[in-house]
Amino acid sequence: MSSFAIDKAGPGRKVKFGSMSRDRVWALRWSYFFLTLFAIIALLPPIYMLITSLKSSAEISAATNPWWVFHPTLSNYHELLTSNQFLRFFGNSAAISIAVVAITMAISIPAAFALSRMKFWGSATLATGVFLTYLIPDSLLFIPLFKMFALFGDWTGIQLINRWYVLIFIYPTLTVPFCTWIMIGYFASIPKELDEAAIIDGASWFQTLTRIFIPVALPGLIAATIFAFTVSWAQFLYPLVFTTSTDQLVLPVGIITTLIKGDVFNWGQIMTGALLGAAPPLVIYAFLMDYYIAGLTAGATKG
Amino acid sequence: MVDVAVGRGSVKDLRRASAATRLRYALKRKSTVAFLMTLPLILLIAVLVIYPAFYAIHLATLNKSMTRFVGFGNFRFLFKRDTFWMVVEQSCIFAITAVIFKALIGFIVAHFAHNIPSGKQRKWRGMLLVPWVIPPAMSTLAWLWLFDPSYSAFNYTLGLFGIAPVSWLGEVGWARFSVILVNVWYGAPFFMIMYLASLKSVPDQLYEAAAIDGANWWQRIWYVTLPMMRNIIAITTLFSLIVTFANFDIVRILTSGGPLDQTHLFATWAFKIGIEGSDIPLGASISLFMAPILAIAAYFILRDVTKRGNEA
Repeated sequence: MSSFAIDKAGPGRKVKFGSMSRDRVWALRWSYFFLTLFAIIALLPPIYMLITSLKSSAEISAATNPWWVFHPTLSNYHELLTSNQFLRFFGNSAAISIAVVAITMAISIPAAFALSRMKFWGSATLATGVFLTYLIPDSLLFIPLFKMFALFGDWTGIQLINRWYVLIFIYPTLTVPFCTWIMIGYFASIPKELDEAAIIDGASWFQTLTRIFIPVALPGLIAATIFAFTVSWAQFLYPLVFTTSTDQLVLPVGIITTLIKGDVFNWGQIMTGALLGAAPPLVIYAFLMDYYIAGLTAGATKG
Repeated sequence: MVDVAVGRGSVKDLRRASAATRLRYALKRKSTVAFLMTLPLILLIAVLVIYPAFYAIHLATLNKSMTRFVGFGNFRFLFKRDTFWMVVEQSCIFAITAVIFKALIGFIVAHFAHNIPSGKQRKWRGMLLVPWVIPPAMSTLAWLWLFDPSYSAFNYTLGLFGIAPVSWLGEVGWARFSVILVNVWYGAPFFMIMYLASLKSVPDQLYEAAAIDGANWWQRIWYVTLPMMRNIIAITTLFSLIVTFANFDIVRILTSGGPLDQTHLFATWAFKIGIEGSDIPLGASISLFMAPILAIAAYFILRDVTKRGNEA
């Protein structure tokens, strides 16, 4: 009713307009209030990681105020960053993630190009199939995959179980379908005239891909790379299943299996390790947030 | 769609072939190239996704030492065990409760974020998405430490208000609450981002029209926002239902299924039986129970995807 009155009276009715803007101000204040509340909840665990990582074991077991550091120390960081074992975990994780990103891109860029531009028999079905594959969770496949690789070792004598590099073959099943899917979306949004022009100028398919599609769809490419990297870095189930020796572990599994010794929890070091493990994705996110979010939303809204 | 079907050799072909054969040649050539480009993808999916999925069905019909075919023996064994029904119940409670809360919180937070001036949204969105960015195994460790019974931050804080310490992960009810809480914390930002993106695509004119018609805020949400966001809500919910149902990391690290197997999900129980207990066939049978929910979700998503494909 009130809005109707404004509409009729036009700009002359200042009073009504004023009350509406006062409502807006209050809505804004409430929004900030709740956003602050939710942001505190969202950031509570990482902040707590940071707080604990700065404490010595003595301070933790003294059970003083857990929300404050009374004697900040970097000894946990020093200990972990000079421990060969921890650096090994870090190295394994980094090597695997980088290799998986490379493999993922090598597979999904040509596939996405073919599926979005070169219509062929079964291409539409394949594109949908790729998306469905993305929905198959790791927890459904880990047992048969484990058995498959064990049998593969028995048959060929090439032992892949308990080798960190076996994960390089397995992680693409998690990254390739999604990356292909979002790349199809990005490629499909490129105007057809662009590649037609390239072909008229005598470009081959390969040249069309490298000279036109990859530069134009670069934001999508970055989003897909970030996705592939974070998924490989964060994956926990497969390394837990496939690797057991301490020198073959990746970061998340390594922290959990080596820093927790029996019932003794060295929380200062565990939190330091967790924070260092969370750092690479967080750093990437901090610098490339827009690409990260674009990739996240593209998966569901495109296509 | 055979509009740009010519490759490099086309000028030469142009001279010697008639129109029909030239077209056929080019088509054949293009589809061969396209097939070769998708071949690695097809191989990867066939060998490391489709084959293991069927291999899991095969494994599920073998006995423990994998020497004898037992048909549905493993399933019959599972159906007789109380733990199995407990896992079914807990998986459903866990997935449904967590998804509902994730969707609700995501929706509410997205509205608050949408309310503030767009220049400041980026900063807030950035902070609110942090739980989704941290590897879940790492953040769950922080939660494990927050829940710690004797030195924990939560019990200390409760103690300040004179509330007795809570055994967060030791008591069945609290343990179930805790795993759901951590899952909601981890997953709600994803919903928030999706809903925020979709809120931005609702045209302002619709809200103006609703305001002129005298709609209050609740009616605006019910009659304008929700119908406009129906698609995105459906697809994120289905997607999240699969991921939550198949969750492993959080429960594994927080409780390992305890106390007394009461917080096991299909994934963690399958891991315990199949890998830790080295009864691979039984583990495979357990993990196969995640397939029905997957099939249902796949059906709806597929319907949605093909519908959109036709619109485009």
